[in-house]
Amino acid sequence: MNALVLDSRQWTDVGAVTDVPLRGARRVPTRAGDVAIFRTGDGRVFALKDACPHKGGPLSQGIVHGHAVACPLHSWSISLATGEPLGADHGKGCAPVVPLRVEDGRLLLGLA
Amino acid sequence: MSVREKLIVVGNGMAGCRAVQEVLKRNPDRYEITIFGAEPRVNYDRIMLSPVLAGEKTFDDIVINDAAWYADNGITLHAGVAVEAIDRQAKVVCGAGGIDAPYDRLILAVGSDPIRLPLPGAELAGVVTFRDLDDVEAMVAAAKPGAKAVVIGGGLLGIEAAYGLSKRGMSATVVHLMDVLMERQLDASAGFLLTEALAAKGVETVLEAQSEKILGADGRVTGLCLKDGPTLPCDLLVMAVGIRPSTGLARAAGLEINRGVVVDDALRTSDPSIWAIGECVEHRGQCYGLVAPIWEMCRTLGEALTDGEGAYEGSALSTRLKVSGVDVFSAGKHQGGDGCEDIVFRDAGRGVYKRIVLEDGKVAGAVLFGDAADGAWYFDLMRSGEPVGDFRETLVFGQAASEGLRGLDPSAAVAAMADTAEVCGCNGVCKGEIARAIADQDLTTLESVRAVTKASASCGTCTPLVEKILKLSLGDAFQAQTGPKPVCGCTHRGHDETRRRIVDEGLKSLPAVMQALEWTTPDGCASCRPALNYYLLCAWPGDYRDDRQSRFINERAHANIQKDGTYSVVPRMWGGVTSAAELRAIADVVDKFAIPTVKVTGGQRIDLLGVRKDDLPAVWADLNAAGMVSGHAYGKALRTVKTCVGTDWCRFGTQDSTGLGVRLEKFMWGSWTPAKVKLGVSGCPRNCAEATCKDIGVVCVDSGYEIHVGGAAGLHIRGTEVLTKVASEDEAVWAICAVAQLYRENAWYLERIYKWMDRVGLAWIKSRIEDPDQRRALYDRFAYSQRFFRIDPWAERVAGRDAHEFNPLSRRLELASV
Repeated sequence: MNALVLDSRQWTDVGAVTDVPLRGARRVPTRAGDVAIFRTGDGRVFALKDACPHKGGPLSQGIVHGHAVACPLHSWSISLATGEPLGADHGKGCAPVVPLRVEDGRLLLGLA
Repeated sequence: MSVREKLIVVGNGMAGCRAVQEVLKRNPDRYEITIFGAEPRVNYDRIMLSPVLAGEKTFDDIVINDAAWYADNGITLHAGVAVEAIDRQAKVVCGAGGIDAPYDRLILAVGSDPIRLPLPGAELAGVVTFRDLDDVEAMVAAAKPGAKAVVIGGGLLGIEAAYGLSKRGMSATVVHLMDVLMERQLDASAGFLLTEALAAKGVETVLEAQSEKILGADGRVTGLCLKDGPTLPCDLLVMAVGIRPSTGLARAAGLEINRGVVVDDALRTSDPSIWAIGECVEHRGQCYGLVAPIWEMCRTLGEALTDGEGAYEGSALSTRLKVSGVDVFSAGKHQGGDGCEDIVFRDAGRGVYKRIVLEDGKVAGAVLFGDAADGAWYFDLMRSGEPVGDFRETLVFGQAASEGLRGLDPSAAVAAMADTAEVCGCNGVCKGEIARAIADQDLTTLESVRAVTKASASCGTCTPLVEKILKLSLGDAFQAQTGPKPVCGCTHRGHDETRRRIVDEGLKSLPAVMQALEWTTPDGCASCRPALNYYLLCAWPGDYRDDRQSRFINERAHANIQKDGTYSVVPRMWGGVTSAAELRAIADVVDKFAIPTVKVTGGQRIDLLGVRKDDLPAVWADLNAAGMVSGHAYGKALRTVKTCVGTDWCRFGTQDSTGLGVRLEKFMWGSWTPAKVKLGVSGCPRNCAEATCKDIGVVCVDSGYEIHVGGAAGLHIRGTEVLTKVASEDEAVWAICAVAQLYRENAWYLERIYKWMDRVGLAWIKSRIEDPDQRRALYDRFAYSQRFFRIDPWAERVAGRDAHEFNPLSRRLELASV
């Protein structure tokens, strides 16, 4: 978590945008746990730590709708842009956002 | 008169000539102007080349400035003369054929070059780009009726090219790398409608297709070969995959270049005597390929070159597709985003989809399909940043419905609406009609207003407005009403209507359903998508392509997710019968993959818990090798058929309950259902298989088989009801499959059989199963559907299907911390 705020960021190519299914997600394992990369119906991509703020459910396994994902364990709806729960569960924690860039159709994850 | 300054413009296109017009408008006498143009013709409207290609306009129609304009304004035009170099020291441009011209000030407006994909065969005759009139003429020459054209690129230009060629009598196919046409301008819903509209105009679309090589014979193109796909034969291949700023000349002259020629807010390059505009430019890191920003640049440049004030600060973008009869508009944050909210309006009857994106109470973007008349108005609202909260409810209906409501509170706004203002766009009902109907016919409910006036009876978007009119008319006497339970928050339609219309209207895809039933969200939610996906695959077995992304993870991964993100694996054991070989294979799998827990389930199966997702295909491969298939313990599907040992062993058994259970399971496995379905077959009324608390149960008796339905032993405890009694095993199988199919076709998603039975009544179910014709038809439909679903999903994935589901995207960061 602390590593997220460090400045010297390394960008790592983790695959093509099209490797992530539309309205779907893929996961990228790291030593600090999985990162989930989402691709929404309108073609945008987002990255969050792959853990729901509720019970740590793997968000990468949820149903992606609009710019949100429904956690597979208890259906909390999580904003892909902020990692925060939406609706009734708003304000109950947050899945950290992981820096993600797209360059020439490639996904670049930002590491500290 | 003193000697005038020499202004040279390199580029006789839209930007170059517009810039000259802007200068002349401000000071017609200041400069002696010379224009160089590489194309041997006067200035024309390049964005109108599409209608020329389509034969809807001629070249003369799209000329902006004819020869007389150059003469009248004293402009020297070197048409067909490309500029080869700029000598910045001497301030001279060098044109082809030795035409040199000195300048005091120079404008670069050289535009962009079409990108040519470096595919094998790209040099063949008949492979063209779509950029200028020469390209159009080459395409028109090749466009013989009946010939085939393939266009690579499903963006604006590619679609317009394909449409034009189709109008010329060719059969045209658009090949697009992404899964949505014009994905930079449209969302998936609008992209789907566009695909359909183009198909209706004879333009086919192949999405998610990567071009591999171009085939040819005798130096001419004959086809395009797609990676992992078919070869599309063609006589003409158009590459419309994008443009690149033309920077060669500026680079050679030593100007600062990035993606384009870099300019400041005054549009001046790194040389203070040289300005640049149009598609060759990079301003604040942004390159533009649309006309509106170019007009804005030209205005700024006109000021700059006549000592005026003004800076170019970048442009908001909007796009309009120029295909006759297909109205498409897109602007701004059309895809929404963090902190944005969507207003979605669909009118299935007119084929209209509108999505207005709001951010902080202001319009931030819009996608319009089928009716783009208000595009300019939304674009204006977006650029002005005007708060739209006062007329939010009518915003989606456009300018006419919304003007006059600004600055009023919602109720007052409704009161202030003119009687002639349209409230319901779907059915063309205005406020006056609604108010009169309420008064004249003593209407008090939303439903009655819907019944009488049709207002809000289609898409429902205007429901709040109709309710406000009711409230205004009735005061406190009005109470909000509710109709049938909606599928979810994305729609006001209920499950029954949705299922019926999927069948009646032949709707065969999620976007088709969402459009026809006027869903109010762009791509549904986690509640409606799995429901619709099920309704579609139930209605159209073998025809509908399952949408994986609308499946809950368990049905996507074909295993049960556990609280720690691992999975459980339950192989099928037909009727609960297993063997030493199967048990040995299971034991080996447990050892090999270090599976932490092995548990016997309530449905007579063995559950392997704690399997890592990456291991699933390998676990399945080993189980498959021992003859075991998926137990579907994870699905809204046929789960288990629990049996007792029946006449084989039991001294009380009356029938072969084990055999019947195995037979039922082998016939019914793999079928998807609204909610999970568990069966039980007991060999005598002692009921050791607990068949009377199953969704469907069989209790064998001496004289035959009692078929039971509607039991439950979970959240609720319910004994079954007897559906029918039959004499033979065949009849038992027919009746059970028939009632399963009735449930599959009729129940709401996630509704267990006992809940469904409560809702529709046992009598209704009985009446259908007891009628021999209906029973037979239901059985036949079940059997037909099973031809497509009685397939082991594990074996398919062992063979490589959906490999991305089980593999991480990348393992490069496994040792890094994020």
